[in-house]
Amino acid sequence: MINQTIATPPGAVWLAAETGGTASSAAWGCWLVIALPLVSAALLLLAGRRADKWGHLLGVAAPAVAFCLGVWAFFDLLGRPAAERVQDFELFQWIPGGVFDLGFGLRVDQLSLTFVLLVTFVGTLIHIYSVAYMAHDPARRRFFAYLNLFVAAMLLLVLADSYLVLFVGWEGVGLASYLLIGFWNQRLDYAVAAKKAFVANRVGDFGMLVAMMVMFTQFHSVKFDEVFSFASWASPTTLTVIALALLLAACGKSAQFPLQSWLGDAMAGPTPVSALIHAATMVTAGVYLVVRSGPIFEAAPHARLVVLIVGAITLLYGAIVGCAKDDMKKALAASTMSQIGYMMLAAGLGPVGAVFAIMHLVTHGFFKAGMFLGAGSVMHAMRDQVDMRRFGHLDKFMKITWLTFMMGWLAILGVPPFAGFFSKDKIIEQAFVAPDGQVWQAWVFGSVALLGAGLTAFYMSRLFFMVFHGKARWSDEQHPHESPALMTVPMIVLALGSVFLGLILTLAGFDDFLAGALAEGHHGEPVLNAYLIMGATFALVVAGAWIAWRRFGAASATVPVLPPAVDGLIRAARADLYQDTVNHALLVRPGQALVRGAVRADTGVVDGAVRGLAWLLQSVGAVLARLQNGFVRSYAATMLAGVILLTAIVLAVWI
Amino acid sequence: MTVTAYLALASALFVIGAVTVLVRRNSIIVFMGIELMLNAANLAFLAFSRMWGELDGQLAALFVMVVAAAEVVVGLAIIVSLFRTRRTVSVDDENLMRH
Repeated sequence: MINQTIATPPGAVWLAAETGGTASSAAWGCWLVIALPLVSAALLLLAGRRADKWGHLLGVAAPAVAFCLGVWAFFDLLGRPAAERVQDFELFQWIPGGVFDLGFGLRVDQLSLTFVLLVTFVGTLIHIYSVAYMAHDPARRRFFAYLNLFVAAMLLLVLADSYLVLFVGWEGVGLASYLLIGFWNQRLDYAVAAKKAFVANRVGDFGMLVAMMVMFTQFHSVKFDEVFSFASWASPTTLTVIALALLLAACGKSAQFPLQSWLGDAMAGPTPVSALIHAATMVTAGVYLVVRSGPIFEAAPHARLVVLIVGAITLLYGAIVGCAKDDMKKALAASTMSQIGYMMLAAGLGPVGAVFAIMHLVTHGFFKAGMFLGAGSVMHAMRDQVDMRRFGHLDKFMKITWLTFMMGWLAILGVPPFAGFFSKDKIIEQAFVAPDGQVWQAWVFGSVALLGAGLTAFYMSRLFFMVFHGKARWSDEQHPHESPALMTVPMIVLALGSVFLGLILTLAGFDDFLAGALAEGHHGEPVLNAYLIMGATFALVVAGAWIAWRRFGAASATVPVLPPAVDGLIRAARADLYQDTVNHALLVRPGQALVRGAVRADTGVVDGAVRGLAWLLQSVGAVLARLQNGFVRSYAATMLAGVILLTAIVLAVWI
Repeated sequence: MTVTAYLALASALFVIGAVTVLVRRNSIIVFMGIELMLNAANLAFLAFSRMWGELDGQLAALFVMVVAAAEVVVGLAIIVSLFRTRRTVSVDDENLMRH
């Protein structure tokens, strides 16, 4: 681990890279991982229409090459002894500010490389898919530029070695998501959705800024290793404040309660964007932040409890909303929210849970990306129709989409031996472990996680059956057909990941590998027998899927094309549990009232003072202007009077 | 004669000049009033110069005469050109710069 905080010119840094230091050349090459998509994005945006012909090829190549570099760095990391796997190095001096001297540095370790591989691999597949999906869009080049920017920002976020560098990537992700969600901003509601995502993220960014400011005043540093070393002796209050501020940031980025409202509307973006946001970039950033800041959360048990609560609430929230949505993409979005809730819950359980949070993040990245691409494929076939009530019986017409989607469906359900089984079941099991001897916590969070699994099974099966099974409910103008190979191949690759990734990661010892980058964890025993938990989970999953099959999939089931009148809970879930109403009542309207008050104060007091002064001077001027009457003799008389007056004063003073 | 007599004469001349400027409309007469005031000032300068036995006052008077000569040149030229354009020499009619 080398740490070059001395001021060296960039050239000298490169020299050090080649000649000395213990950081390997592969780790040094990681700056290229970020630079390639970034340069590609800049090229595509600057080249303009000239790049229309080959822009998408460059756009696909950049993350693909970045993935190869990531693999190189990964194998290099594997070849190192376990104690030397965390490598920090400084690219250049960034903010030389006396007591606050910050370099622009990267941290290459097990955690960041896991993310690099996930982001670049899934990202590349989504890029390839987009070539076909966006083939008829005149602005496809710009789309790829934004996608590359998104990937570059996410890579910077996960590779940063300090909170400030991370924040650059963090903001870059926010910007790219805004550009992509509002990609078809000719439609007003899409533009509004983009703005909503941006504003919700700003609220989270506020937390990030507060956290960094507290770190700066307390520790005089925002670098990971320095902050974490301070965390062992800093006051609990400081750490709790930092941890809660970081959690707020994570809630904004990861669409966790109470900042979850933007995620559903973010479906306004083209479907590959949804896949990218939900699988590889953006929403995973919050989980990454919490896991990366593990030492802080470890030292702030109150904040960790809040993480658990947020995760549990979001988990149920997303699941309940997902059960009622008829819009296929919005149901998937609610599912993401719920799954990220699982990850948050796991991240709040400490280092042992964090390992499974990341593992679930990776497997979820595969199966959710696969399902989103599948949803895009269905929309492609059905003329951009997203209402599941108008699908059904598509399994005969779209065999590949159906099969790949089925793999993702089985994976998210947690059916053994699909990927989700190895990650989600572990999280449920960990939720039943009593943290710090708090048995009630184990029961509460464990039951929530268990219930969430059953709900997940229900809403995902409902989605799957409504789209692919049952009676055909589409109109005669729609001719479902399989998508081109450019779209199906990424789906097949992701489906393979959904099937085998969990098994591979478990057999390869991913948890031990990742644990090296996290704090020392304490393996506790769950309050229930692990096999009992597994059995209960499986029973709930089967029950959920069976209910969904009875109501939406079986031959006897009828799915009305128009949503039927239903009871209060489902109506509430259809309306996202009134999240927008609440936000409007609590935030938007008071905010607007505040702004109106400020405007009134501005026009009344501030502008009023200025205008009043101007009016006063004008009226005085108007009175004085009457003296300019055009009579030379009156001027002369005035002058004479003045002279006499002055003389009189002078004489009066002198005598 | 005492200096008081000179000063009384100078004051009388100044007042006559000032009144001329204030009450007459014809610019040439106004001009003459101004000259009268200038020369009243000159007379005061000379009287004081003699009183103190120094040349400063006479020097000032010479300066005033030079300036007055230059002023007459410019002033008369202005009056002539005004008369050419506006057919009048009344100062009350020269009111283009009125508010």
